[in-house]
Amino acid sequence: MITTSIRRAVVPGVAALTLALSLAACGGSDNGDSASGSGAAKGLSGTVAAGGSSAQEKAQEAWRAGFGADNPDVTITYDPVGSGTGRDNFYSGAYKFAGSDSAISAEDMAKAKSACGGSDPIEVPVFISPIDIAFNLQGVDSLKLDATTVAKIFSGTIKKWNDPAIAQQNPDVQLPATAISPVHRSDSSGTTDNFTDWLHQAGGGAWKTEHSSDWPVQVGEAAEGTSGVVGAIQDGQGTIGYADDSAVASTKLGKVSVKVGTDYVAPSADGAAAGLAASKVADGAAASQLVYSINRTATDPSVYPVFLASYFIACPTYDDKATADVVKGFGQYIVSSAGQKAASANALSAPLPSDVADKAKAILDKIAAK
Amino acid sequence: MSTTPPDLETEEPLIQGPYAGVKFGRGDKAFSTVALASGVTILVTLAAVFVFLFIKGLPGFTADPEIFKPSSDSFWGYVGRLLFGTTFAAIIALLIAVPFSFALALFISHYAPRRIATPVAYVIDLLAAVPSVVFGLWGARTLAVSSQPVQRWFDHNLGWLPFFKGPASATGRTILIAGVVLAIMCIPIITAICREVFSQTPRLNEEAALALGATRWEMVRYAVFPHSRSGMVAAVMLGLGRALGETMAVSMVMSSTPIITLNMISSTNSATIASNIAANYKAEDNRIQTVLLATGLVLFLFTFLVNFVARYVAGRGERGQR
Repeated sequence: MITTSIRRAVVPGVAALTLALSLAACGGSDNGDSASGSGAAKGLSGTVAAGGSSAQEKAQEAWRAGFGADNPDVTITYDPVGSGTGRDNFYSGAYKFAGSDSAISAEDMAKAKSACGGSDPIEVPVFISPIDIAFNLQGVDSLKLDATTVAKIFSGTIKKWNDPAIAQQNPDVQLPATAISPVHRSDSSGTTDNFTDWLHQAGGGAWKTEHSSDWPVQVGEAAEGTSGVVGAIQDGQGTIGYADDSAVASTKLGKVSVKVGTDYVAPSADGAAAGLAASKVADGAAASQLVYSINRTATDPSVYPVFLASYFIACPTYDDKATADVVKGFGQYIVSSAGQKAASANALSAPLPSDVADKAKAILDKIAAK
Repeated sequence: MSTTPPDLETEEPLIQGPYAGVKFGRGDKAFSTVALASGVTILVTLAAVFVFLFIKGLPGFTADPEIFKPSSDSFWGYVGRLLFGTTFAAIIALLIAVPFSFALALFISHYAPRRIATPVAYVIDLLAAVPSVVFGLWGARTLAVSSQPVQRWFDHNLGWLPFFKGPASATGRTILIAGVVLAIMCIPIITAICREVFSQTPRLNEEAALALGATRWEMVRYAVFPHSRSGMVAAVMLGLGRALGETMAVSMVMSSTPIITLNMISSTNSATIASNIAANYKAEDNRIQTVLLATGLVLFLFTFLVNFVARYVAGRGERGQR
């Protein structure tokens, strides 16, 4: 009896260990053969470690694949550890560049400068993604709502789908008396940050707190990650939540068209790009920093104001030439039309508006070795 | 454990009884060294984990409350809410898992015929090998969805109880379902240990009980349970450890908010420490990380405390009987 139970315990244990070792071996060989080749005639070579925003993960995959096709001897790793940790690792020098859903804060700027040998770090937008407000309500495919109503729904003041505030904006829709279950992210997220920024800016006082990457209100349902939120919306009746467009596009969930000026605008990549184009560069940004304070209250109906803009953070100078060349080349590829097209195919992001892309490229062109 | 290994070359026999006078070979020495090294490694690892949590987590105890607002105004308020959620989910899990596992283990060891008992035991062991992510996905996307009518029924018919106050969650992703999933994860552990312990009951005790006219249940009560008490407690403790520390399944299944509520079927449920760490570790504001490590330290100490108390209680019961 005892021997069989030991065997039972040991066999799966050994199997698991073998699996773990073989996986580790695979991982090792992936990174191992990076710097070995001498490099093609015009190809760059080198290994660069980076990481940060998990929103950029899919886009980064596309960029690494596209950049790697031209530069087979370059290995770029992107670890989606989250924006905050990504920035910290950039300050400490562990990452040569970072992806971040928000710009470097004023308090952290000193650390970023010292990581870049005293010069101002580079920050350019590289990834724009519309955020959908998606819902699951029997018989209803689309709804028109203004920011104030959405803010009241998510803060729990509007509790039923047939509330007059909703009915008034949707005279053609037969609304049931189902209870509303708002769904938000349980983890900290750039999506939440941008969504609450829109509620705060455009909600006309109905949203009490400022933008925050942690959900600030204690009502409603929490779900982990974008897929968790979309899953929760799908699994309940009368649910509503927010998620990246790429995650909602493949579902049958209804989408909210939000009020912009006097019109209602459905989420679209172009609308999000127009939203960034309609925003101003933040005050006090250095010449190498193309940081936007996003205007969520635009009245132009070509703008879809609920979107996320994510940044590429790098140094203007690097100690070693190989690193400088790879970071520069990769950055230039990302903001190029080919790179933006690859990201929008893989992550359903919005291509950067051409003037923004041009400005970003001009900044990235200046990356050099010391 | 003695710190100095016995000198194996001595002439004096170390062991009395039937093995007295048996010579120790090289294998004995090697084995005793390996055994000692394993024991010491475990202690060192545990100490290292504690030291890591202590050093990294200590600043979290006095962290700026701004970091975890609006959940709470102070660290102890924050960790208290999380500790409540952790305990509550674990209690729900154990309330379901413990009776079920004991019954299952008894069925395998004493009731079922051998050709049924073996495959049942095997299937239960397999259950332990299912990764928690799979349980999480199943719990969130299948169990929660199909439990919606049941939870609504609780709301309508038992709404006067604080546990079923409602309103019932539209998605079913509640602490009740998280507890059920945790219970399913605890059952194989508790069952496997109890099964082994129950089958170690001396045959003579069982036969004596039966000979005195005990029914089978009375035999189990008076011969098997008293003999197995400390093993059963150990089994429940291991199950509890899993329930307290489970991260992935809970964070996927449960819609959690750091609040204190006994309501088991609404969409706002008390978060657990482990799932809260998983959800927020990648936060934009990474000052939260020291706070999360501090909550991890609290969980670590809490688990220790629960273990000690349970063992003390179990040991006292055993001593009292003798």
